[in-house]
Amino acid sequence: MSRPPSRLATLLSRETALAWGRGGGPLVSVGFYAGVATLLPLAIGPEPQRLAAIAPGAAWVALALASLLSLDRLFERDYEDGALDHLSLSPVPLELTCAAKCFGQWLATGAPLALAAPIAAMSLGAPAAMAPLIFACALVGGLAFVFTGGIGAALSLGARRGGLLTAVIVLPLFVPPVIFGGGALSAFASGLPWTSGFALLCAYAAAAVALGPLAMAAACRNALS
Amino acid sequence: MVQLGRTMIGVLDLRDVSVRRGGRELFRDLSLSLKAGEACALTGANGAGKTSLLRAVAGLVPLEAGAVTFGGVEAGEARGGGLHLVGHQDGLKPSRTTREELDFWSVWSGGTEAAAMAAAQALELTSLLDLEVRRLSAGQRRRLALSRLLAAPRPLWLLDEPLSPLDARWRGRFGEMMQAHLAGGGLILAAVHDPLPIAAKVLEIGA
Repeated sequence: MSRPPSRLATLLSRETALAWGRGGGPLVSVGFYAGVATLLPLAIGPEPQRLAAIAPGAAWVALALASLLSLDRLFERDYEDGALDHLSLSPVPLELTCAAKCFGQWLATGAPLALAAPIAAMSLGAPAAMAPLIFACALVGGLAFVFTGGIGAALSLGARRGGLLTAVIVLPLFVPPVIFGGGALSAFASGLPWTSGFALLCAYAAAAVALGPLAMAAACRNALS
Repeated sequence: MVQLGRTMIGVLDLRDVSVRRGGRELFRDLSLSLKAGEACALTGANGAGKTSLLRAVAGLVPLEAGAVTFGGVEAGEARGGGLHLVGHQDGLKPSRTTREELDFWSVWSGGTEAAAMAAAQALELTSLLDLEVRRLSAGQRRRLALSRLLAAPRPLWLLDEPLSPLDARWRGRFGEMMQAHLAGGGLILAAVHDPLPIAAKVLEIGA
């Protein structure tokens, strides 16, 4: 019997370790995130009420941008050094391999960003009561960002300035989670029912996890040939 | 007879294979039959298509025409568990240690950690296990890439310039490993500029 579970487990731990070290890994993402969150009050003005009103939304958009940072290297390095060739010469379907790579990326950068999100929002003036929802949205949204972002990263394989291309491909795919998550947060802040927005965010993330790897694997096969 | 993994490949057949890359036809109507215990050296000038042919056998490059078959074994199964491809692009990560890379690629190719350690001993990598891959010399790094062949036995070896960074002693040692692989019923298709240190058919591409 072949051992896809143990293969995938070793791949996941390798990918998490590599994503942790890739371009500074979570530190750079969280640092970038903190930088964007610090710039906002400088641009908008220091009035606490105005800042508090935009805090959850601003933290959410900054999170989407920070998620973009390390995406372009998700497949690029494996493509250049031949690891993608060797990964594809295995009984494990390339779709599962792509999913494991995205999941490793999420563990290494998405989860630390989700921890930073409530802190950033509260430092902008969001109420502490919102912190759990911001964390949950960032965690689920991060999954959606990585699994849709991976499609862009795979499609731009082999292209010059692939990072820029990845951003252009991926940003439209980030629109629904930004809307759903932002909607849930602003509904919560206004005391309105917020569960529908959060449920839509979860549904989008689930669809991205289920369908994203199919597109990524097809794009990787195309790049390899 | 050595155990060559779960997927047994008895024959590799290339029939009238043509490959086109970047709008340029590299070669056409190329045929080759390789049986268990046989090796073939692919020769030809730079750019003749030796690497592309190896990648086509591995299913990484589409064929313009012709067919690659692996005896009675279905192509997907043969490529998933029956062959190793070792070339210039070794997939090793500079920031990982020799041990981490050896273990990962061994498990990924279907081997065990014990087999990985045996391969490390055979290729004299044990003293390098805690070094990062970036600290290895070109020859040591190639030996690490070749360790996959021993750590997870598979019948068909596709080798792209396997000897180039190796010194004379290791060329000899690797020749013995190839000989042992053939004696155990394996098949070897190798793109080379220098002659292989074992008895092998020669197929010149672009002749």
